[in-house]
Amino acid sequence: MNNSLEYQQKNLLQSLRWQDWLYALIVFAGSIFAFVKYSQYMDIYEVSFLFGAATLASYLGWKWKGLGKLVLAVGIISVFSISLYDGEQAKATQVFLLKFLISSQSAIMWMNVLFVLAMVTYWFAMYKRSDFAGKVASALTWSAVLFGFVGLMVRWYESYLIAPDVGHIPISNLYEVFILFCLITSLLYLHYEQKLNTKQLGGFVLLVINAAVGFILWYTFDRQAHNIQPLVPALQSYWMKIHVPANFVGYGAFSLAAMVSAAYLLADKGILASRLPSLDVLDDLMYKSIAVGFAFFTIATILGAMWAAEAWGGYWSWDPKETWALIVWLNYAAWLHLRMVKGLRGPLLAWWALIGLLVTTFAFLGVNMFLSGLHSYGTL
Amino acid sequence: MRFAVSLLSVLGVASIIGTVLKQNEPYENYIIKFGQFWFGLFEKLGLYDVYHSGWFLLILLFLVVSTSLCIYRNTPSMLKEWRTFKEHATEKSLNAFSHQETYSSNASTDELKQKLIQFLTAKGFKFKFRTQEDGSELIAAKAGTHQRWGYIFTHVAMVVILFGGLLDGNLPFKIQEMLGYKRIETLDIPESQVAPESRLSIFNPSFRANMTLPEGVSDNVAFVRVRDGYLVQELPFRVALKDFRIEHYATGQPKSFESDLVIIDPDLKEPITKTISVNHPLTYKGIAIYQSDFQDGGTTLNFKVWNLFAPNAETQLLTGAIFQNGVLGEGDDALKVEFNDFRKFNIINMSPDGKGKPQNVGPNITYKLRDNRGQAKEYVNYMQPMQIDGRHYFLSGMRETVQDEFRYLRIPVDSDFGMDGFMNFRATMLDAAKYPEIAQRIARNSIDVKKDPAVKKQFEESVVQLLTVFAKSGYTGVAQVIEKSVPEKEREAVARTYIKMVSVAAFEAYNMSLEAKNKPLLASNADTETLLRDSLNAFSDIFFFGTPYYLQLEQFEHKEASGLQLTKSPGQKWVYLGSVLLVLGIFSMMYIRERRIWLSIRPGKQQVHFAMASNRKNLDFEKEFNLYREQLRSLIG
Repeated sequence: MNNSLEYQQKNLLQSLRWQDWLYALIVFAGSIFAFVKYSQYMDIYEVSFLFGAATLASYLGWKWKGLGKLVLAVGIISVFSISLYDGEQAKATQVFLLKFLISSQSAIMWMNVLFVLAMVTYWFAMYKRSDFAGKVASALTWSAVLFGFVGLMVRWYESYLIAPDVGHIPISNLYEVFILFCLITSLLYLHYEQKLNTKQLGGFVLLVINAAVGFILWYTFDRQAHNIQPLVPALQSYWMKIHVPANFVGYGAFSLAAMVSAAYLLADKGILASRLPSLDVLDDLMYKSIAVGFAFFTIATILGAMWAAEAWGGYWSWDPKETWALIVWLNYAAWLHLRMVKGLRGPLLAWWALIGLLVTTFAFLGVNMFLSGLHSYGTL
Repeated sequence: MRFAVSLLSVLGVASIIGTVLKQNEPYENYIIKFGQFWFGLFEKLGLYDVYHSGWFLLILLFLVVSTSLCIYRNTPSMLKEWRTFKEHATEKSLNAFSHQETYSSNASTDELKQKLIQFLTAKGFKFKFRTQEDGSELIAAKAGTHQRWGYIFTHVAMVVILFGGLLDGNLPFKIQEMLGYKRIETLDIPESQVAPESRLSIFNPSFRANMTLPEGVSDNVAFVRVRDGYLVQELPFRVALKDFRIEHYATGQPKSFESDLVIIDPDLKEPITKTISVNHPLTYKGIAIYQSDFQDGGTTLNFKVWNLFAPNAETQLLTGAIFQNGVLGEGDDALKVEFNDFRKFNIINMSPDGKGKPQNVGPNITYKLRDNRGQAKEYVNYMQPMQIDGRHYFLSGMRETVQDEFRYLRIPVDSDFGMDGFMNFRATMLDAAKYPEIAQRIARNSIDVKKDPAVKKQFEESVVQLLTVFAKSGYTGVAQVIEKSVPEKEREAVARTYIKMVSVAAFEAYNMSLEAKNKPLLASNADTETLLRDSLNAFSDIFFFGTPYYLQLEQFEHKEASGLQLTKSPGQKWVYLGSVLLVLGIFSMMYIRERRIWLSIRPGKQQVHFAMASNRKNLDFEKEFNLYREQLRSLIG
């Protein structure tokens, strides 16, 4: 009509194309299928989580097309893998495709391998200043995430094959949440990589992810931690399905922030400065990921308190894990306070974010290793 | 605010102390750990229950007060910022902005105004007009000023959460204790004898108490643990336990703990019957009842008592029940048996490298034997034989203090998977009257010895001598004899000979004990060798068992008790309300961006002055400003 309408922004629903609607339709069809097939294992809360997750996956997939593709791929490959099992656990080592590619254990191993390759490629890309190598590294990270999620989905199914009463979502022990940690941290990174075009940071972020991969490998081969264990009574609750993922968005985002701050500190000293994004971008990314982490960590802690009120008889028991969650929360609250209220910027905050990772790691791992308490199912 | 932040830091440090130092342990443990001096100091500081100590609560109280003051002081200005359009900005002040642009246009003022309003509306800005003194038309616009609520919400949330927490703390008791109206009870006395000063009435607004109910028992009081003592919390109803169940997975790990409860209350027409389990509590009259743990509820036990040092295999019967006492022996040597715990299932990882699957090794019983001087040794006996390295043993552990690990006596099973075989063998080995025959049997089988009567006699004597020594203190005694009477160089050879001789004697002794019971004899093969080695080791170990009595659990009647936790928590809804506010606050503070735009249309000159500001300058703001600047250029220019 007239050119003044050029600045009109479309809202999300207006901007959707038919492909987006098809995507949402498939996601919902998938969850209805899951509901029909497995509803006898779900309570009312879990049913609402299922459809809540479908809604969330649709929304996120609309906002971020890459994630939509991932959701579809995870769904298709997982269903295919499950169909190969045909209700027998032994098939995991008998059917060729399962044994070498998409049984839960193989998929998780592929995830580990791909993360290592991705890290090497990211560093190579940065060293050579190669766009192509950077793209390959991103693709490797995406495939690692794909295999990781397939591994978890199939593991979920496998746990029910052991015995129906053993079956549970695979976020119940240290081994499983370490995988979750790798996946969430990668996704957060990939999101910002696409948004801010920061492929140079991949090598840094994958350092922390590969540290987790190293732990998974040690835990698998030295401790046989990949064996599926039944849930202790305290963990048999729908709360686990929201409390744990929320927590790991927090941990993942804090780790991402710490790795970005490491890059910031190097660039600030002039090291790799020409290869890294500008300090402003790094600073912004650091802030954004801590903000996301803080928001989710808050939600996770509140959900944890609500769960504790139901399982342990009190929303707050000053259990070491709870207390350390509070300390982590206070730490990042102070960080955000300084930045938002006092307007502080620069290396001090970067150092703080980096050291914050130590506090977070202690809350996540150290508490389980050194202190005893109610969260004892996460012990090494 | 600085004060609040330093309080938060102190709170953080205090919290860390509370996680590093294990809280609410029995006070003896702390004394052992720190020694009397430090124990006293730490106790004064309240370090054994940091989170309920006076100073900790005081910090929380200060936080509430200082945060409230902060809210009181800042809210008016925040609300002002939220409401205002800042339409009083002058041209001069706009010129000082870091983000601004001036456009020229041919359009009329009204036309420009129309376009700009459309633009601002499309971008989601609210606006207000004002005619400036110089005649120019100012449009002051704002978006995202709800961000200001983020501040109010998060800070109010802190106060609400802390207030809820204080409601659920034990502040009322603390004050009453300070004033001398209440005191904790530290003695282990029956509940009915607890003085009124140590009782909390049913009107106590908040508590977290525990209750142990054996099956078939009901009660209307619970216990609140405080420091090294407790308080009795009276309940406005009775709770009865009908049944307690533990279900197990196929692997033996516990799957669920369930209690069938009955609530008996005169206010009720009919008692409430409800099954609670972990994650599924029951709430009645504002008191939530949780499944928290379980213990023995007085299982009755039947033992066969062996006297390990008697040269016979006679046994006595002993009956008892958990939490009760029995007596063994007579006179000055009498021992009090305190039956402490019975566990029906014990899931242990028996594989040597710890990698195998844990398995259920069956029931065990923990008891103490206390002599008349009050000294006690603790024992743990497993009812069924356990498999270790492919062979089966009855295990019985002993320790003298709780800090020690249990040291185990391993009794090898006989061909019937019982311990009679070992016990009979042991009796033979202790019976001096049997030694000559053992010696003769060995001599008879030895070609070298039986030829010469003199050698034979000497040999038999030495066997008897060796067995006498061995029967007194096992291998240790033999070692002592060697050390005393054999020159150092020859000791090893002699030791080897003695060990050989003991094991040959053991073979004969074992067979003699089997003969006496008309059982098939041992053949000489590798299995027998292992059995004898294990039996001799066990025989040697009975001298370190600390008591002559071996309690073999024969039968039990299992009775369980459910551990319940009862909570009244009026602060909970406040904490949840605060949590909701906190989340709302955090999201609005971080994801709503406050931005302001001023557009001033200068009359006559046909110029538009665009200025933009945000209370937080970051990349997003830069991007947005650049975008608007270009869009406005094409709109106006």
